[in-house]
Amino acid sequence: MIELTINGTRRRIEGDPAEPLLYVLRDNLRLHAAKFGCGLGQCGSCTVLVDGKPVQSCITPMAALAGREVMTVEGLGSANSPGSVQQAFIDEQAAQCGYCIPGMIARAEALLRADPRPSEAAMRAAMRPSLCRCGTHMRILRAVRRAAVAMGGGIVDPAEPVS
Amino acid sequence: MSGIARRDVLGGGGLVVLFALAGTGIAQEGGTSGGGEGTGAPPEVAPGLPGSLAEFPHLDAWIRIAPDGAATVFTGKAELGQGIGTALLQIAADELDLPLERVKLITADTGRTPDEGITSGSQSLQNSGTAIANAAANVRYLLAERAARLFGVAVDTLSTVNGFVRARDGRQASYGELAASLSLHVEARPDVRRKRVAARDHIGRDRPRRDIPPKLTGAAAYVHDMTMPGMLHARVIRGPAEGTRLTAPDFDAIARLPGIERVVRVGDFAAMLGPREWPLVQAMLAVGRMPWTRSEAPLPQGDLRDMIRALSTEPDVILMRDTVTLPSVRRVTARYDRPYLMHGAIGPSCAVALWQDGELTVWTHSQGVYPLRNALAELLDLPPERIRCIHREGAGCYGHNGADDVATDAALAARAVPGRPVKLMWTREQEHGWEPLGPAMVTELSAGVDANGRIAEWTHAVWSNTHSTRPSQAGDLLAGLEVGRGFAPSPPRAIPQPNGGGDRNAIPLYTLPRATITSMFVPQMPVRVSALRGLGAHMNVFAIESMIDELAAVAKSDPVEFRLRHLEDPRAIEVIRTLADRFGWARPKRERWRGQGFGFARYKNSGAYCAVAIEVRIEPETGATTVLRADAAVDAGETVSPDGLRNQIEGGIVQSISWTAHEEVRFDAARRTAFDWSSYPILRFDAVPLQMAVHVVDRPGQPFLGAGEASQGPAAAAFANAIARATGQRLRSMPLTAERVRLALAAR
Repeated sequence: MIELTINGTRRRIEGDPAEPLLYVLRDNLRLHAAKFGCGLGQCGSCTVLVDGKPVQSCITPMAALAGREVMTVEGLGSANSPGSVQQAFIDEQAAQCGYCIPGMIARAEALLRADPRPSEAAMRAAMRPSLCRCGTHMRILRAVRRAAVAMGGGIVDPAEPVS
Repeated sequence: MSGIARRDVLGGGGLVVLFALAGTGIAQEGGTSGGGEGTGAPPEVAPGLPGSLAEFPHLDAWIRIAPDGAATVFTGKAELGQGIGTALLQIAADELDLPLERVKLITADTGRTPDEGITSGSQSLQNSGTAIANAAANVRYLLAERAARLFGVAVDTLSTVNGFVRARDGRQASYGELAASLSLHVEARPDVRRKRVAARDHIGRDRPRRDIPPKLTGAAAYVHDMTMPGMLHARVIRGPAEGTRLTAPDFDAIARLPGIERVVRVGDFAAMLGPREWPLVQAMLAVGRMPWTRSEAPLPQGDLRDMIRALSTEPDVILMRDTVTLPSVRRVTARYDRPYLMHGAIGPSCAVALWQDGELTVWTHSQGVYPLRNALAELLDLPPERIRCIHREGAGCYGHNGADDVATDAALAARAVPGRPVKLMWTREQEHGWEPLGPAMVTELSAGVDANGRIAEWTHAVWSNTHSTRPSQAGDLLAGLEVGRGFAPSPPRAIPQPNGGGDRNAIPLYTLPRATITSMFVPQMPVRVSALRGLGAHMNVFAIESMIDELAAVAKSDPVEFRLRHLEDPRAIEVIRTLADRFGWARPKRERWRGQGFGFARYKNSGAYCAVAIEVRIEPETGATTVLRADAAVDAGETVSPDGLRNQIEGGIVQSISWTAHEEVRFDAARRTAFDWSSYPILRFDAVPLQMAVHVVDRPGQPFLGAGEASQGPAAAAFANAIARATGQRLRSMPLTAERVRLALAAR
């Protein structure tokens, strides 16, 4: 049994300690924001925050999470009351199919918590582990810039202005 | 009083429009459903009606009005992330004169919506949008006609506002009460006018996409997220890649693994089912260790493009023109080609199926629920009416990927457990290994310019397999070939002009006095291929627009000026001029290893006009290319959603740069060797353009022109042309990787 915090709630999870967090989130807790993309840690669709850092939940075993704080995109806000990063993605209409976007939001949240004023290059490097196949990258970057401003910081040298 | 002025008088954002019938027939023309990719589409029964109304002329196929006056709109097209779920609502709300929030949309569902074939070919607004616009105009007219009888006044004295029909004396009736005594099971009339452009509230304006907030906050937005009581998860068991099979799979051993509730077998088809995913994921590791063999003829070694070029062909001359002109003084002959490409959905294909009381329901991200249903009916020996396929979103597909195959896998698994829903998802390795690839292609062009710097002659031949193996029968589905019932795939077919498959966009829009353009259709298909966004347009536009630059160079002309010199279509000219102006084409920054490139096409020569300009900087030591800017201009006719249009064009450019610069499916003798994102790398954030802008040339009142695939070809060409400008080296074989740039520079 593993004890951890998920979106602010203490949870005790029974089961195989080798089971990756992603399946516990999706199958046990019906938290669907984190997506299965590859199961290999290559695409970032499953990204969540663990103690504020971006983690690929498809390859993170429950055994590694005892006592830790997991935050999924559900914990950042809801459709009626979106969090700052979610609102920025909505404002920029930064999605096509949207499958990768919860992972992008988690990654952007982690970046801006750690560094409210990253450089453009640092922002792109931070987002690099997440793949998007629709080619929504330019909008995702605009949304991260917008979120940075909304959260009181900003991108130091934006390649494109915040629209 | 104009419509605008009336609206101002009334305030509140409502619309007031008087009714009048058109003197002549309306309007917007439809086209072949799905850009020619589908088969077995319903026949046109009302050829005088626009869009898909020609196949489904009855209004209640498209629109129903509830007693409370709210409208439900039905489309046979699917939301694939391209935003039509909101764009179609904008059209309906405008033409019905209802607030946007009082209109809801039902998408592709064989139980509820018209059969509009495949959601492909950038046809959704052209076909379904046009049908819905005109059906809505008809419904609004019928409601007014009903009110006219009620009030005892002439219909042309009435107006509508926010779900009410109003008379001049102030009497009004709600849509709900009028619809209660009105049958919408009547054919659309071709003479009902759509609203005047100035009276439209939503078309042409940005409305936030309805699907985005749920997707960003964890709602069950995708078929992958569906849960149902008693649902079982499932994985399919097959060889590691297309063209292989397991030699001696030990299914008993699999069935004994913890968490596996049962193994379903039908002939060589096998799937394992269990209540939770993690045990299935672990069991798939055991499957991955099972011995396998190639089941098809060994793949030839070397570049498979050369094999496609060498196979026997069914040539089809699609353009032959022979006007007497000046002779060529300079000629360029070149081969341009591309490798096999992958759709590469970020989420593996997935479906949910439920077999209950002898009926099957499948929730699927297939682009064609009706064709899938028909193929499933043959496979499962069921009448089609006992199968219902309902579209649910998946990860973006960009063409025919594993969606239909996984839906079949789920259906076969579900048949073994009646009453229990089954969610079957492919693994990443299966998605990479089994999806039908975008075909490898070879083009050979030869062209010459005369003494006046005009193109005198042009030949273009394009070698390609088919660009659609979308299912129309059981043998087109992977599992259909595994169940041991002798099903065979449909014979490969070339999609004919004017849509074209391998020859899509092989005919340039430029003025060519002498030209021979030939589709070299290659029926034999050594690798499973099917529709990838843009079909042949990506290759052909790359080739044509590269050749145009090569000719401009020998004619010592500016590439943009050279294009304009050979164009007559004023809309093409305006798109190119708009982009050249906004991009600052005439005033390039002169710097070593920096260059600008231009590309243009009208998608299918019937869809949106799109020009792309790209500026790159090359690092000569490594050949690495940085895209400094990528801008586009697009004319998609009447723009429903300007931001939605920009989103599609932006995405197309980025995706096309990924295809063109980075991607290639590789093979050994037994199988494709691309099985994940490390063996098939795609563009990441560190390589996307530094800046991008899309300029929309709106044409209010003009027909919608499909734009979803419009930027793939122009972006590929602009990228190649920019590299040629920056380095002096012309790369003609995709992908245009850093290594190829470096080698070209080293070989100078």
